[in-house]
Amino acid sequence: MLQKISNAMHKNSRLRLASLLAAPLLWLVVAYLGALTALFVTAFYTIDSFTGNVIQQFNLGNFQDVLTDIAYRNVVLRTLGIATLVTLICAVFAIPMAFYMAKLAKPKSQRVLVALVMTPLWASYLVKIYAWRTMIEPETGVIDWLLGPIGIHSPGFGGPAIIIGLSYLWLPYMILPIYAGFERLPNNLLDASGDLGARNWYTFRRVVLPIIFPSIVAGSMFTFSLSLGDYITAQILGGKLQMLGNVVYQNFSINLPFAATIAMIPVLIMGIYLWVVRRTGALASM
Amino acid sequence: MTISRTARRILAALLGVGLTFIYLPLFVVITNSFNASKTFSWPPSHLTTEWWSKAAVNTGVREAIKWSLLAGASATVIALLLGTALAFAVSRYSFFGRETISLLVVLPISLPGIVTGIALNNAFTKQLGISTGLFTVIVGHATFCIVVVYNNAIARLNRMGTSLQEASMDLGANGMTTFRLITLPNLASALFAGGLLAFGLSFDEIVVTTFTAGPGIQTLPIWIYNNLFRPNQAPIVNVVAATLVVISIIPIYISQRLSQDTTSGGRF
Repeated sequence: MLQKISNAMHKNSRLRLASLLAAPLLWLVVAYLGALTALFVTAFYTIDSFTGNVIQQFNLGNFQDVLTDIAYRNVVLRTLGIATLVTLICAVFAIPMAFYMAKLAKPKSQRVLVALVMTPLWASYLVKIYAWRTMIEPETGVIDWLLGPIGIHSPGFGGPAIIIGLSYLWLPYMILPIYAGFERLPNNLLDASGDLGARNWYTFRRVVLPIIFPSIVAGSMFTFSLSLGDYITAQILGGKLQMLGNVVYQNFSINLPFAATIAMIPVLIMGIYLWVVRRTGALASM
Repeated sequence: MTISRTARRILAALLGVGLTFIYLPLFVVITNSFNASKTFSWPPSHLTTEWWSKAAVNTGVREAIKWSLLAGASATVIALLLGTALAFAVSRYSFFGRETISLLVVLPISLPGIVTGIALNNAFTKQLGISTGLFTVIVGHATFCIVVVYNNAIARLNRMGTSLQEASMDLGANGMTTFRLITLPNLASALFAGGLLAFGLSFDEIVVTTFTAGPGIQTLPIWIYNNLFRPNQAPIVNVVAATLVVISIIPIYISQRLSQDTTSGGRF
């Protein structure tokens, strides 16, 4: 009798679990992972150069093209360079800002400062890039108006504009984890370092930086990966300059297999990056 | 803390520079919406509210807002249902593959939007023969919105524990009553925060939308994008942009009033 009830309970619990999991897993595994798999399988196909139809015949031609064509190698290197620079710029901006917010600001202004950093995250992505168009616009833009008198001129649309735009977009994603990292850093650790005779800069390099490093890595997950796949910023601010995303975008309607092949590159790079990051233990602090 | 006055001042100045960098472009967007000149020139020579009244009755903008609200609300409802169910399963049961769920759920938002976009477009139009439209937009948005609901819900469920539910059951309430009177009220603010975040993500999304919306559907970001390089539309685009900057204060205000343990503020 008891055994029967326990069995029924057990079955019931399995049933409940199944009813909870069915819909989300159907959605994420079957629909989403299914779609991703279908796309990446396409990367091994090719298209008929006359009709433009996809020919479902397994071959590595697309990968050969990507690896041997110098133009694509340049796009990969350029995208990696931009993503790295954006990450560095964000970190350089974010560290002093987050430090002041967490350690020097009064508790009351702390809340305000956090809100000030977060608000732009809710402002439209497109509007923010558009804003930088009006900032960077040569001659009539805000930068030339504001800094022209002291001899600094707008870089114009191109690589530097893309880097400025992306750094602007992702800066809050870098500030917030570093801020959280500083909040966890006990004040007396800094005091101890000072008492032992370390100057500010030395304390920063030898005590602060090693402790907040995982937070910086956590922030870089956003700044780096979001930059890798972006194509709209390059379209709006980049002039003729192309990133990986732009190549995918252009090939999407004319040569889907090739677009799929290019699309695998940022995914692959992120996979490697995640694997490296896991080893630093930064994922636990996110 | 022992930090020299000069260092303190330098840090404060750097914070000021950083915040100026963050807010100057947003300020320019708002000011520019009052710029009387139709072509962009800074600083504006004359100010006017003409574009605001024109934008308010612009049919393209109104249509776009309608599509954005419709897609955002539908995706949020789906994300709430799926994300909460998944959070319950992971926090209350043990099963094979449980550890990989958190990775699976975060995948749609961590992969570049263009990858998710072309994958869904390919699956819909080539594999399933569904033409793109509102339905495909909602599916696309819900896919990357699940994670924010899931994150909020599971954090709350883990913190809540099961003792309250057990107490309720011991006192004779059945599963349904316990869920209605105990679990749901405790979960509500976390779900609200997750839902708000999901709606915000959907409302702002452009890349996945580009590949899942057919020619008939223009969400607000798509409308802005399509009109960005049309000179005669520039004043209206400016007004829409300024509005979006201003209304971004609302969710921050709401999330500041919510309890602290929700991840409502940032899009983490």
